[in-house]
Amino acid sequence: MKKLTLSLFVIVTFAGFGLYRWLQTSTEVVILVTPEPTQSSLPTPYPTAKPSPTVTPSAGATPPPRPTATPTPVITPKKLGQYVDGQYTGSVADAYYGNIQVRATIQNGLITDVVFLQYPNDRSTSREINGQAMPMLRQEAIQAQSANVHIVSGATDSSGAFRESLASALAKAQ
Amino acid sequence: MKETKILMGMTVTVEIADIGAGEADINAVFDYFNHVDEKFSTYKATSEITKLNKGLLTKNELSQEMCAVLEMCAETKNLTDGYFDITRPDGTLDPSGLVKGWAIQNAADIIKNRGFENYYIDAGGDVQVSGVSGDGRPWKIGIRNPFNPEQEIVKVVSVRDAGMATSGTYARGQHIYNPHHKKSEIKDIVSLTVVGPNIYEADRFATAAFAMGKRGIDFIENLAGFEGYMIDQAGIATMTSGFTQYTHA
Repeated sequence: MKKLTLSLFVIVTFAGFGLYRWLQTSTEVVILVTPEPTQSSLPTPYPTAKPSPTVTPSAGATPPPRPTATPTPVITPKKLGQYVDGQYTGSVADAYYGNIQVRATIQNGLITDVVFLQYPNDRSTSREINGQAMPMLRQEAIQAQSANVHIVSGATDSSGAFRESLASALAKAQ
Repeated sequence: MKETKILMGMTVTVEIADIGAGEADINAVFDYFNHVDEKFSTYKATSEITKLNKGLLTKNELSQEMCAVLEMCAETKNLTDGYFDITRPDGTLDPSGLVKGWAIQNAADIIKNRGFENYYIDAGGDVQVSGVSGDGRPWKIGIRNPFNPEQEIVKVVSVRDAGMATSGTYARGQHIYNPHHKKSEIKDIVSLTVVGPNIYEADRFATAAFAMGKRGIDFIENLAGFEGYMIDQAGIATMTSGFTQYTHA
């Protein structure tokens, strides 16, 4: 049950995030992390959970070019009981500019807090993603240029540091 | 005055554009690189780092230079969420990922302290640039084409008083996998160039950001005073928002 609730929660969270990314052109988007109520026997009707996090892109934020971003379809859970109290860490999901991972806290069967452990600004803090415009990074296909330069910068394949560093990153991920 | 030598297993070029620069000025740089190599090369049985790794030296017996470098490595690891790590799987230390940029930076200071303003040091493609070139215009640095490293450059930047480092691998067929999605191969990056206030800073962050894969360019974007140019497996370059300030010569 725990797993089911958690995975449903994560799906809903990512669906919400996907919608946020898709709807960035609108002035305000709020992600409501709200589980679907299906059991009529529940004493308190959902949702009563704090909508967290609240995503409010700043007025000046221009949506970055996101050629591959498509909204994730919202999957409605068919059956869902009360959450079991505790803290749950979701899996890491690739969000094009980076990974997203959340941790949810359940108290009295309700989601009381959602913390972003990772999000695409590579800051592993619980900072909300309010108005934090995604970096507007330009892209281009590389083309050969005139070789009229003083110096050439490039990697040497013998870069031991790179291999060490990458190995350490991969080891951490296991 | 320009000279090139093979030192520390790489090509090191020093050029001083100022009038009055002589052989002794350039040799001072080469001598310094040799000194660093003797101390920090993990390939030399007599180097201090090798002795430390073999347990022949205690922490109290380390030179000031070694202590400073190890401290900078720890700081860099901290700044990069652990992506910059000099500890090998066998527990030994290899600070060469930091020593290179640090040594270039110190070598540049040697030239500066000899009264020169217009020069560069290029050690294996990592560069510290000061002032302007002999024709009075900014030094122009080309970014090597990772898919054709012998033949081509794919971007030209003009910098003064800056450091520029490129991390990457040009080995064809080598793939990097997203550690969190090992089954799905991603078109990851082959080259990441970082321009920063000096080569020490540019080099250490280029190394760490490259290990982050595609997220590396976001890491650079979020670093004040640094710009980056990343090339992925598909030959698409992604640049930070301020990078073009260096491309308008």
